[in-house]
Amino acid sequence: MANIQEKITKLFPDATFEEGEILLVNIPDAKWHDLAKCLKEDADLHFDYLVTIVGMDWKDKFGCVYYLRSTTDNVQISVKVTTEDRENPMLHSVSDVWNIATVYEREVYDFFGIIFINNPDMRRLFLSIDWKGYPLRKDYDMSPENNPVPRENERQEDVTYTYVENENGKVEKKTITLFEPNDFVVNIGPQHPATHGVLRFRTAVDGETIKKIDFYSGYIHRGIEKLCEGLTYPQTLHFMDRMDYFSGHHYHHALCMVYEKALGIEISRRAQVIRVLMDELARIASHCLFLGTYCMDLGATTMLFYTLRVREQILDIMERTCGARMTFNYGCIGGVMQDLHPDFVKDVKALLAVLPANIKEYNKLFIGNVIAKGRLENVGSLSREDAISYGVTGPSGRASGWACDVRKTHPYSIYGELDFEEVVYTEGDSMSRTKLRIAEMEQSARIIEQLIDNIPEGEYCVKVPKVIKLPAGHWFQMVEGCRGVFGVYIESDGGTSPARLKLAPPCLPLANVVDHLTRGSKIADLITIGGSLDYIVPDIDR
Amino acid sequence: MYDLSVITNWIHELLLSVMPGWLATTVECVAIGVALLLVYALLALFYIYFERKVCAAFQCRLGPNRVGPMGLLQSFADMFKMLIKEVIRLKHIDRFLFALAPYLVIIASMLSFAVLPWGNGLQILDFNIGIFFLIAVSSIGVLGILLAGWSSNNKFTLIGALRSGAQMVSYELSIGLSVLTMVAFAGTMSVTGIVEEQKDLWFIFSGHIPAIIAFVIYLIAGTAETNRGPFDLPEAESELTAGYHTEYSGIHFGFFYLAEYLNLFIVSGVATLLFFGGWMPLHIPGWDGFNAVMDFIPSVVWFIGKAIALSFVIIWFKWTFPRLRIDQLLNLEWKYLLPINLFNLVLMVLVIVYGLHF
Amino acid sequence: MEVTTKSMPYEAWKDNEYIEQLVEELKANGTNVIVGSFDKLINWGRSNSIWPLTFATSCCGIEFVSLGAARYDMARFGWEVARSSPRQADFMMVAGTIVHRMAPVMRRLYDQLAEPKYVIATGSCAISGGPFRNSYHVVKGIDEIVPVDVYLPGCPPRPEAMIYAIMQLSRKMKVEKFFGGVNRKEKIEEFLAAHPEESYD
Repeated sequence: MANIQEKITKLFPDATFEEGEILLVNIPDAKWHDLAKCLKEDADLHFDYLVTIVGMDWKDKFGCVYYLRSTTDNVQISVKVTTEDRENPMLHSVSDVWNIATVYEREVYDFFGIIFINNPDMRRLFLSIDWKGYPLRKDYDMSPENNPVPRENERQEDVTYTYVENENGKVEKKTITLFEPNDFVVNIGPQHPATHGVLRFRTAVDGETIKKIDFYSGYIHRGIEKLCEGLTYPQTLHFMDRMDYFSGHHYHHALCMVYEKALGIEISRRAQVIRVLMDELARIASHCLFLGTYCMDLGATTMLFYTLRVREQILDIMERTCGARMTFNYGCIGGVMQDLHPDFVKDVKALLAVLPANIKEYNKLFIGNVIAKGRLENVGSLSREDAISYGVTGPSGRASGWACDVRKTHPYSIYGELDFEEVVYTEGDSMSRTKLRIAEMEQSARIIEQLIDNIPEGEYCVKVPKVIKLPAGHWFQMVEGCRGVFGVYIESDGGTSPARLKLAPPCLPLANVVDHLTRGSKIADLITIGGSLDYIVPDIDR
Repeated sequence: MYDLSVITNWIHELLLSVMPGWLATTVECVAIGVALLLVYALLALFYIYFERKVCAAFQCRLGPNRVGPMGLLQSFADMFKMLIKEVIRLKHIDRFLFALAPYLVIIASMLSFAVLPWGNGLQILDFNIGIFFLIAVSSIGVLGILLAGWSSNNKFTLIGALRSGAQMVSYELSIGLSVLTMVAFAGTMSVTGIVEEQKDLWFIFSGHIPAIIAFVIYLIAGTAETNRGPFDLPEAESELTAGYHTEYSGIHFGFFYLAEYLNLFIVSGVATLLFFGGWMPLHIPGWDGFNAVMDFIPSVVWFIGKAIALSFVIIWFKWTFPRLRIDQLLNLEWKYLLPINLFNLVLMVLVIVYGLHF
Repeated sequence: MEVTTKSMPYEAWKDNEYIEQLVEELKANGTNVIVGSFDKLINWGRSNSIWPLTFATSCCGIEFVSLGAARYDMARFGWEVARSSPRQADFMMVAGTIVHRMAPVMRRLYDQLAEPKYVIATGSCAISGGPFRNSYHVVKGIDEIVPVDVYLPGCPPRPEAMIYAIMQLSRKMKVEKFFGGVNRKEKIEEFLAAHPEESYD
């Protein structure tokens, strides 16, 4: 940590530092781009993975907090850049350093109206073109008259904008056309069976070959981050089930951990074991559903019914303990909501007994199928460098050879003491992404096997204050969701509700990389690639 | 084997005795037309039910079981609904072609339907180039699909139609060549002639290796011809919404839906005719007692039973395999099936010339 | 008249008063015998063949997938023919939150459905905005945009509840009139007058 600080000070004397669980660097906007380049390219630092960009409104100034991670030694660092201009806030873009920054900066622009100079695509991301105001600013007018429910079809522009500095330092707006006038643009989505929800791809095709994809999201943008600012801390938890509805337990885990970290609460071992058990069960269920819907997209409908059998069994276990089939709301600050059902151990053992046979069946039925091989192998290959630069984490990143499992790189809860493998493949194609998920199901089963006979006695939820107030400050926590790294950033001003709650979902980078992967392939490959990335649209939009 | 032509002849005589010849012919034509339509509709409805039940069985489900006994009336309910469902009038389309397309598709399948050998003496169209006629009329269907895709003025339907065009033109070759192989073996193009040839032994047995190869190729190409999985690219749900018939509603969509299922029957019917003896019962040379028992089963039952058994196999494909991609689909045809087929034709000729068959 | 479906006793239904009132309204003008029996036949067809549109925005859509799967198997009722094209579907299960950006798209899908068309508002989000009601970007109930036939509460509703909702819809179809009489269609026209349709040119 210290030598990072030294190194940065040597090159950038303006930088100031705040010590914390993660080192925070304050840097003036003018130097930020150079620092970013240095942080990424310097062989010792090598911060090549941009975890997320947190847009902030501190009332007196706007700014961004960048979370960076090195993939060589997994050191984390954060950088804070601010601007005091409230009329025309502008920062410099780092989209040329990390590819994923392009879309993260669009998100910040959409929510805070901060313009990023040199970002090649400065359009709104979630809200429509004609939306008035920037919703996450503290002075945003929430009244429905301001933005009524639209009756007309949304206005569509075929251009995007970029802001560049000319030689005398003035910022100019430039227009870039998205599609050529003669392009045959097919509109796939938002209501389309293969987009897994309401994502929209405007696809320029040449016959069956895809030339370019422009992705639009926001068709299920529910403004969870803004809503959380008006709720108390325990109330914010239930939204976690409704983003990526398969990783509900993981997301709960993340948010609970960040609150517990802030409050300094130590939860009981029993609660930790229960949380990990639930996480891993949910992972198996999620990968089952992935496999089923993926096969259905590819035309092998029957597979869906076989995978759903196992999922239903897991849902039964969950239902008995949590009381719901999908939106469990099980984790709470201090532990979990209810104790385990008396039959829990028996049910889980029954599941573990049938799982290997089922996995064998999936391999036989689909992975070994000659048509499936033809459709999946060498389709949508993602290299390790691109995976890191595009921020593609989770099973999709690991299939490209990037060991990015948070359970191994930054072990949280009791994962450090468990014995399991991080499955990493190197091919990076759709087939390896699919096979990797099946292999992960086996690893999750292994974790459950280790824990199921050793659930310690104790309280499932420790005592916490009736009114939860976080001390002023900010915290960041990552967990490994079913689809990749899920990060939570919380900033508190000492009150009963968060000043800013930023959720960094894994699915936005996944949807963003589709264009890169599909260029030059066939329309059918769009389905193959999109399906194998396994994004969940409410998770992208929040 | 009971010859059903006795009945048809008797009806003909009866009509002639009460009315002049031209009127009798007209009445017969109308009666046959109505019967054909009726059988067509009933069979299609049965097939819809059959597929839903079979697919449910593959997927560990029950399938329709509420409407009528065992859900038998499910497809009738669907039909009633479809008949009175609104036919949406679209703007910016080619009205005439849009309306024409479903009729072309259904006429094509109805014409090929008429050629099938239903039973001993129970055949509607029977002339010396029956098989040739069948291949010719079944190709009209692709025209309907192309028109439907083009006239809808929708990008998805257009892509679906183009895929369909490429697919049909390619797989027509395989169908044609495997049929040609069997025609060469039978030595006739007449449908009754082909059935008669299989009196002693079905072609799939008597033609041994080349016949089996031809049968496998025919089954693959036939599945592709009917746009069914794994070759259902023209209407690939997850890619193209509903493919070429995305914009069709009400009864017009109903026509496509019926034709799809009937084409399944026709493909299996033709396979039955070429490889499994049409309506001919299972005969094994030398086993006279067995053959006599088999003869007791009516010929219509033989034909429909065999066709349904083959359809079951095709349905099995659909619910097992993932879909192919368009380039893989064309590769399969042009790089594999076509050369194998040509080789197989030569092989068949050798078999015939040297009399190597049974 | 007791409107019910196979193997479902009349007393087991909720909202019987609503259906009875509907029947009363429809019977008010009397029924022609021949026309009435045609109506019966058509309603039998319609109420037994309800094809859904594959339309889901979030969590409820996953429960709809479960509804199709082996345990709940909606195919038993003949509802499994999920059409991707709205032209061929009978009803739209609005499963999930509808936000401002999606609202015109959903309205357009509704307009593209062929008559007779029905809407089930599935889950609390579609009914009222649910947990996201206070958000700046969420529609507070889809009945602002399209007429709703059945409201199905839950977050998300269980598959059993979905079966019940579609059975209620089927019951509603059973008492409709196709030939003359008071028809639901007029209600749609009223609704459309209040919520004018945009022109697609």
